[in-house]
Amino acid sequence: MPALKPGGAAEFPQPTPMSTIQPIAGELEPHPDVALVERVRAGDVSAYDELVRKYDRQVFRIAQHITQNREDAEDVMQDAFLKAYEKLDQFQGNSKFYTWLVRIAVNESLMRLRKRRTGKMVSIDEDIETDEGSVPRDLADWAPDPEQNFTQSELRSILEKTIKGLPPGFKVVFELRDVQGLSTEDTAEALGLSIPAVKSRLLRARLQLRERLSRYFRKKKGSREVGVEK
Amino acid sequence: MTCTEFLALLDDLIDDTVTTEMRADLQEHLRGCEHCEVTLSTTRKTIQIYRSHQIYDMPAGLRDRLHAAIMARCKKGC
Repeated sequence: MPALKPGGAAEFPQPTPMSTIQPIAGELEPHPDVALVERVRAGDVSAYDELVRKYDRQVFRIAQHITQNREDAEDVMQDAFLKAYEKLDQFQGNSKFYTWLVRIAVNESLMRLRKRRTGKMVSIDEDIETDEGSVPRDLADWAPDPEQNFTQSELRSILEKTIKGLPPGFKVVFELRDVQGLSTEDTAEALGLSIPAVKSRLLRARLQLRERLSRYFRKKKGSREVGVEK
Repeated sequence: MTCTEFLALLDDLIDDTVTTEMRADLQEHLRGCEHCEVTLSTTRKTIQIYRSHQIYDMPAGLRDRLHAAIMARCKKGC
């Protein structure tokens, strides 16, 4: 297993932002999105097309995580980008464009979910009571590269099935922090959550996913061969 | 350090936001606790797998269709 280097950093790399989400390198250097937003405000629609292409996959995944429905996710993605365009004058620039866009996409996703549940309130910031994952139960170690025991489509199916059962508030925090590489602060701002709430959800999401994936990835007992249980 | 205390700091350890002193305490616990060692390694692996095998990707055709719809509406002033 990866171990900690004595006195050094953990061997596992820090969550690195995806190539499309660039960190602000210091206060004096403006985020590249700022120039694109300014061009859109000046009437250059092609600059908005750049923003759409830069973030559409991420927005789609967030919508899919919350709505759990491909058609809804498509509609949410379209509505979120249109709404962001309409409201661009309200974007102050004191938050990142993507953080602001995620907030719109999350609200659109929740509205879509509410419609499907015939008006029942759905919220991303409701306290989710669950004991699952708070204490690890399945403590079997995994094979060294467990994903290699599956085809790409099998693995994708396992990963989708595994994350599907988590509460929406857990899934989106995990997606933003661990997959897309947003900071805790940006995730909190995008979701309208406190920083402790983001941290709490992230820990529980990570542990629950780990526990569920163990069903597929753990070593077989009593065998020297690396195996999996399907 | 107990396993519960270790677990409370698991994310900080994974995200590398612990102090040198705290890291030493966590390492000390890991040396004598196989359960926490497995929890740490498999949690890291969970994150790594989700990051490197991104799910819910959009088909190319859908992407182009949605782009066309968005651009058409935006050019009309939304």
